Amino acid sequence: MIKRDLVIIGGGSAGMAAAIEAKKNGIDDILILEKDNVLGGILNQCIHNGFGLTEFKEELTGPEYLSRFADVVKEMGIEYKLDSLVLDVTENKVVTYSNANDGIVNIEAKAIVFATGCYERSAGAIQLSGDRCSGIITAGTAQKYLNIHGYLAGKRIVILGSGDIGLIMARRMTLEGAKVLCVSELMPYSNGLNRNIAQCLNDYNIPLYLSRSVLRVEGKSGRVEKVVLAAVDDKMKFIPGTEMEFECDTLLLSVGLIPYVSLLDKLHAEMSSTKGAKVNDQLMTSIPGVFACGNCLHVHDVVDFVTDEGREAGRGAANYIKGLSEKKRHITVKPGNGVGYVIPQYIETDLNNDITFKFRVRKPIKDVFVNFKSGDTLIQKVVKMVLIPSEMVMIKINKSKLENLPVDEIEVSLEERK
Amino acid sequence: MRDVIIIGAGVSGAFIARKLSRYQLDVALFERESDVGNVTSNANSAIVHSGYDPVPHTLKALLNVRGNAMFDEISDELDVHFSRCGSLTVAVTDEQLKMLDDLVIRSKENGVPVKLLSKEEVMAMEPHISKEVKGALLAPTAGVIDPFNLVVHCVENAVDNGVELHLSEPVVDIKDLGDHFLVKTSKGEYETKVVINAAGLYSDKIASMIEDIDWKLIPRKGEYFVLDHYDVGLVNHTIFPLPSAKGKGVLVSMTSSNNYIVGPSSEPIDDVEDFATDSYTLGEIRRQATELVPDIPFNQVIRVFSGIRPTSTRHDFIIEPAKSNKRFINVAGIESPGLVSSPAIAEYVFENYVSKLFNLVEKKNFNPRVKKYRRLCDMNEEERNRIIKEDPDFGKIICSCEKVSLGEIKELLTRSVPPTTVKGVKRRCRAGFGKCQGGFCSPMVTLILAKHYGVSPLDIKWDKESSNILVEEVKKL
Repeated sequence: MIKRDLVIIGGGSAGMAAAIEAKKNGIDDILILEKDNVLGGILNQCIHNGFGLTEFKEELTGPEYLSRFADVVKEMGIEYKLDSLVLDVTENKVVTYSNANDGIVNIEAKAIVFATGCYERSAGAIQLSGDRCSGIITAGTAQKYLNIHGYLAGKRIVILGSGDIGLIMARRMTLEGAKVLCVSELMPYSNGLNRNIAQCLNDYNIPLYLSRSVLRVEGKSGRVEKVVLAAVDDKMKFIPGTEMEFECDTLLLSVGLIPYVSLLDKLHAEMSSTKGAKVNDQLMTSIPGVFACGNCLHVHDVVDFVTDEGREAGRGAANYIKGLSEKKRHITVKPGNGVGYVIPQYIETDLNNDITFKFRVRKPIKDVFVNFKSGDTLIQKVVKMVLIPSEMVMIKINKSKLENLPVDEIEVSLEERK
Repeated sequence: MRDVIIIGAGVSGAFIARKLSRYQLDVALFERESDVGNVTSNANSAIVHSGYDPVPHTLKALLNVRGNAMFDEISDELDVHFSRCGSLTVAVTDEQLKMLDDLVIRSKENGVPVKLLSKEEVMAMEPHISKEVKGALLAPTAGVIDPFNLVVHCVENAVDNGVELHLSEPVVDIKDLGDHFLVKTSKGEYETKVVINAAGLYSDKIASMIEDIDWKLIPRKGEYFVLDHYDVGLVNHTIFPLPSAKGKGVLVSMTSSNNYIVGPSSEPIDDVEDFATDSYTLGEIRRQATELVPDIPFNQVIRVFSGIRPTSTRHDFIIEPAKSNKRFINVAGIESPGLVSSPAIAEYVFENYVSKLFNLVEKKNFNPRVKKYRRLCDMNEEERNRIIKEDPDFGKIICSCEKVSLGEIKELLTRSVPPTTVKGVKRRCRAGFGKCQGGFCSPMVTLILAKHYGVSPLDIKWDKESSNILVEEVKKL
């Protein structure tokens, strides 16, 4: 069997950053397996700008952003295979992939990084009511049709969900001559970034209806003909008499992204509420030597943070291959009041000088303390003026503060400032 | 002049066509949809019922039991995934436990092997079943089948043996000319000696084209959940509640593709084109299903759908000639257990009616088998590598959820009943059947179809004529 030090599954932003960082940390024998016919993953279809503000201090388009990393991958001589889909991964870190030239190949890796991205929640997953017609399409799929293949998937559009891809597509399809009638969001707040609400909806006079969802889709002819929205109460039940009807040919769905990790699921890696795997401070999953980063770990709002997380996983994998990542403790990090999830879920090594805790709040909140506590001991208290679920929070804590904890547990919670 | 025109390429029409293709007959099969098996045969529980449940001595009982016994051979000849996983009819109250005894008697009358299981035996077989279980009836001959390819491969086999298939061609009128008929379709007129009406939800309309009928259809909609592959072994059998006047009730079953299916509801409807789902009904299904299997992972739902049963006022299959002309044979009211009964329905139609209308000679070159499908999911690594070496397209995976290759999709396009729509591809090879529901692969499938048929991607449909996927080509740079 072919042996490799590091196999990286997915050649998007996370995978490329992991590969580059692992190489910088002394790992030479690296293989990236990418299912698409180019490196860069989903960024290939994100032709709008706004990428790279943190990473490069400038606004790049998706393809520009990815090519900076793809160029480095090539310059560094990191091997990658395109059109190569990973079919299976075993507990013993045997990766099986398939492509047209090599056939089915098994590789035994010392370490594996999952950088497989995410997928869009479908009409079926949200149990959309109404007819099963064409014209119900996820925003990312419509984006692929438009930006990669040059076809518009609809002319009169209702968007369900205020996720960022939906907002971006509202603008993009408007610019191509489509009429976006409205964006309907189930929650009482938007799930997109504020800048996208401003630049993609407000600038084009596209209304955003909060606390409203699709009551039913009508399209007996075969294609969407009408979408009926209705308001929901605080238990997410439809309120009779609040129906709004829109004659349209398309319902664009932007109702959430889910980490694409069926192979980690199959391995019975310990999973988190993010639907990604639980990881430690090295971004290693519960399966030794198997790492996860980027949108397959938790869905990010900004690619720059994906890149950074990819680097973390690349360092983690390099440490593991070099035999440095000995587990010295097992501290569980858990979300407390107001917090949806926290990454990492475990602290096990003492390799990092600082640990960056990433989390999302459950609902918008103003003027709070973020408390890091171990038992009754307060490790760190941070003031935040505004926190919203669509923006990931990152707080860095120095290693020294995480030593000699009273219990093997850290809780991250919100406390309102009086 | 044709010998036989079959109206409707659902599972009944498909098996009748295949049965007749053994003989030297000029047979044409007309279907209003753009694909075969696209309506009731496409949206059902996909269960090969054992036959313990139909009222004894009805056509349903007779043909279900006979049909069930034919499925090992059929699934082999037609190369369709089939598994005899067995069914459990579960009692959760003492009253229901007593009703199981009645079902044992009925099973004996119908000639179906069954076994009564104690609570402990049920719990051992099905760890996820409700703790309230009191006992169950095991019917080991029940199974699950791939209903999509059952019909596709069956029609393919009929076509390979000489049947002429007309898709997207609804029959609009039939004239009874005594010794023959004139069948008018949306595209032309055809003379035929015999008409077989297997038009499913439209069988009453077709039957009424030549005479007044004393039955009618009272269609009932059934909604379902489909769950993603879930490897904890949620259930190992098809789990039924006790049957009632409304039908077999809400079942929980694995499918032939290792998904799970939960449903159906049973609501009378007026409009046979109303396939909408609604959250109230789905909530009710969920409530009923969790009475039997409490921990169904509904967060793994990937799709909801509905099917419509062509229930008739007779509440049994109607398989008989028209009153006014023995050359017009109605095959109507084929609701559950229609799927499992279909091969036996075809035999019944043949033996009792068609064989008496013609002096039949068997074809020498009749082949009951479809050409073996090359599916990666059925192959081991060595076989996969061999096929990828022969044809590298089998190494290029298009659907990453269900691991379907470009080679498999291209091969479908070379068959006698090839897919013309994105749904047609999905039904045949499962591209788009997984957790992302075609989010990633549907653009590729659309382009593959457009290239194959030499048309613009704008002309590729999801399903029906007006169900285009794309609306406009944007300006080119």
